[in-house]
Amino acid sequence: MSGGGGSGGGGLRLAWLRWSARRPGVRAWSLMAPGTGWLLVFFLIPLGFMLAYSFMKKGVYGGVEPGFTLEHYLRFFDPLYLTILLRTVVYALGCTFFSLVMGYPVAYVISRSGAWKNLLMFLVILPFWTSFLVRTFAMIFLMRDTGLINTALIAMHLVQEPIEMLNTPFAVMTGLVYGFLPFMILPIYSSLEKLDPSLLEAAEVLGARPFARFTKVVLPLSMPGVVAGSLLVFIPALGSFLTSDLLGGAKEMMVGNLVQNQFIAARNWPFGSAASFVVMGVVLLAVFGFLKSRDDSAPGGL
Amino acid sequence: MAGKLPKWLIATAAAVYFFLHAPLMVLVLFSFNNSKFSAGWEGFTVQWYQRLLERRDILDSLWVSVEVGVVSTIVSTLLGTLLALGLARHRFSGRTFLESLLYVPIVTPEIVCGISLLIFFTAASKWAGSGNELLASAGLPALLPVLAPGLLTIIIAHVAFNISFVVVVVRSRLEGMDRNLEEAAMILGADEFTAFWKVTVPQLWPGILSGALLAFTMSFDDFVITSLVTGPGSSTLPIVVYTMVRKNVEPSINAISTIILVVTAVLIYASDRLSQDKPLTPT
Amino acid sequence: MAAPVVEFRNVSKTFAGHKAVRGISFHIDKGEFFSILGPSGCGKTTTLRLLAGFEEPDEDGGEVRILDEVVNHRRPYERKLAMVFQNYALFPHLTVEKNVAFGLEQRGTPKGEIVTRVRNALENVRLDPVKFGGRPPAALSGGQRQRVALARALVLEPSILLLDEPLGALDLKLRKEMQLELKSLNRRLGITFVYVTHDQEEALTMSDRIAVMDNALIAQLGAPAEIYEHPRTAFVARFIGESNFLEGAYAGREGTWALVRRADGSLVRGRGGDGRAEGAAVKIAVRPERVELVQPDAVPEGFDALPATVRQVVYRGEMLHVRVTLREGGEMVAAMRNEGQIRNPVRWQEGVACMAVFAPDDARVLEEDPA
Repeated sequence: MSGGGGSGGGGLRLAWLRWSARRPGVRAWSLMAPGTGWLLVFFLIPLGFMLAYSFMKKGVYGGVEPGFTLEHYLRFFDPLYLTILLRTVVYALGCTFFSLVMGYPVAYVISRSGAWKNLLMFLVILPFWTSFLVRTFAMIFLMRDTGLINTALIAMHLVQEPIEMLNTPFAVMTGLVYGFLPFMILPIYSSLEKLDPSLLEAAEVLGARPFARFTKVVLPLSMPGVVAGSLLVFIPALGSFLTSDLLGGAKEMMVGNLVQNQFIAARNWPFGSAASFVVMGVVLLAVFGFLKSRDDSAPGGL
Repeated sequence: MAGKLPKWLIATAAAVYFFLHAPLMVLVLFSFNNSKFSAGWEGFTVQWYQRLLERRDILDSLWVSVEVGVVSTIVSTLLGTLLALGLARHRFSGRTFLESLLYVPIVTPEIVCGISLLIFFTAASKWAGSGNELLASAGLPALLPVLAPGLLTIIIAHVAFNISFVVVVVRSRLEGMDRNLEEAAMILGADEFTAFWKVTVPQLWPGILSGALLAFTMSFDDFVITSLVTGPGSSTLPIVVYTMVRKNVEPSINAISTIILVVTAVLIYASDRLSQDKPLTPT
Repeated sequence: MAAPVVEFRNVSKTFAGHKAVRGISFHIDKGEFFSILGPSGCGKTTTLRLLAGFEEPDEDGGEVRILDEVVNHRRPYERKLAMVFQNYALFPHLTVEKNVAFGLEQRGTPKGEIVTRVRNALENVRLDPVKFGGRPPAALSGGQRQRVALARALVLEPSILLLDEPLGALDLKLRKEMQLELKSLNRRLGITFVYVTHDQEEALTMSDRIAVMDNALIAQLGAPAEIYEHPRTAFVARFIGESNFLEGAYAGREGTWALVRRADGSLVRGRGGDGRAEGAAVKIAVRPERVELVQPDAVPEGFDALPATVRQVVYRGEMLHVRVTLREGGEMVAAMRNEGQIRNPVRWQEGVACMAVFAPDDARVLEEDPA
């Protein structure tokens, strides 16, 4: 008996459907195998290659020679590289801090904006997805010696000579915040959005002043969003390459630039791999820390 | 609806919005400025756009970007949708592993991803090359694929970093969908494939499209990874733009940036609409 | 006698170590209105899904039979059933007409025939095909959606119709109306209805037979009256209607009645209790409406009586519930008709001494609930 529809090749198809119905794992994996395979072969395995390379000896014309060594990791204790590493972490933390300070008020306003919500959200999502390169160029366009800011300042006779903004820590930090701020706003917004307004009314009835309502109710309940947003800003800022490359120059090198440099110019692949893995290591630490804090705070919330 | 917002808060938010959008607006405005060097306004022109049309390298790279974008979007959307279906609709062992695997591309910095693929492609093509020599010495044809850096490696890389994002988008829509609909179709006589085509896909369509648009946007915008896995003769638009930015010349960059901005804005707007769209109503 | 339409033989289903259904057996006859009733998590939905084919029994989990054929490994679309889902599961991207036509299209019914059958099906559930046919489900009220879901199932002229709590989302008045309508469809069309619900009143109103499920097992199966009058276990007595429970030890028989010794040594009689060991702890259930309150010196002949004090009178409209404290511990509720509080006010006031009496035939010695 077959109740199946009018499609041909029914026998084999039905046999497969009956057989696989009892094996949900087989069904699932037959759907998921191609995608999983792709991620394994073209993401996880390459990361494995990189890890292996970081322990090998440097080849003469790039590439590696077989062997095992820790020298590339030890090289990080050279003050030159330690400075770069430290600078990267400071930039990433600074970017996270400024994004939080600027992003929280925005997220809060959006969550209370009523009819304007969709538009305001879209205006955050748009830069979120806009070409990072183009946005970085916009910073250059504003900050270079012949850029809009200097031209305007000179035209208003506020300065005689253009202020040098590019290739300074100011440019890099501004560029990083400009680049990653939207990543902070979205998760904070979504946790504020879930906040039940009656909680605020309850706090008000119980006599809490606006400041206390914020620090005792709103802030603690939006903490998951703050943590998620900080992570989403910290990770790409830590691994950023374009911002420091275009806005910072050689003086403001970050680990991302160091990595790229080792592969493209210095031809020291193992050291580049090691540097890359140091970044990855810090990222993974941050992610695990995040997951742990989320699990810990999940049941109570308060 | 909720209580009034204090003025200083609104002012702060407005300032942040200004910070986010003013630089881009200025960029767009000056793509119409009739002056090569000055940052002062010298009158309206479209000459920088016309200039773009004369540059073969830009047009070529635009074509490469579209090719890479379309192919990698189709592949990653297909693979990602299948993954999302498996994850949302089936019981299987290995779920924890797969969920973690899907997180990896999301948390890995671009530079790390690009470098590891560079290493992998170099090593793989070297091995394939010596493998083929071995085959040739045994009188066999060269069977192993040599992944020369170029279009193919770029597409592979883009699919790899896009899949996870497609999964996130499609899965969230699947989870909002009523499973009973598929079961209702089956009880009415449709087998799993038919139920999928006639019931699941029409509902899921906005999610799939929204995922695809995001994938295309990311592919179209990517510079860091592409620059590491590309080879001679296959420059995408961002690579050419990067070179232009480094050379720091002429407002053509403003023009091409404006075009990129407009394309992205349209795609993102469409994706945003689709993902907010409630299940379809018939016409 | 004809073979049953549906038969479960010792069917088990386990989900990741959790036994959702533990070796249940029953059969359903042709044209029967059969309800599966129980609280959430009792296994009733799994039972229905096993019948529909969305789940398959465990490897050694018995047999599901439809029309005398083992269907354990048959897919839902091979089973020729129809089903109405709890949330209706109407396809939101299709019009009402297209929803109803879906099953016919799958079965390769000719186009012209589909049009007439869809129209008839909609009329059959009292929906105007012209007015509603072209609308999307989103443009219908809850009751109308319910009717479309029913039409979509009935248009296939199935021999068995499964209904998964189909009235749960409707308001009380509409629900009562639909109950009668479903029952009359069942009679008129001769289709076997398998109806899953957690609403005991609904099951009692419509069913020919009810399977009460608890804890992945069938606690009792029978006609509504039988289940109400003779609940087998404390669970059934509590889940279907209300019950008073008395505890004691089994103390042998007196004619057809079982004797139960209470804590104070007094004996109470009741039906059932066969095969219990002398001295075993047992429970007796008595429905509140079978308990009468009388003056201590006016116990009717042949009744068992328990001395008590009135604790509270609860006014419930057509009924009055008088809650009494029993002298030897515990309490009982006696339900009595409200005969008009002006002409015939209830005599029982708080603190008044009385006797709670019931006929031994109205007391039921319960079996133990299975673990």
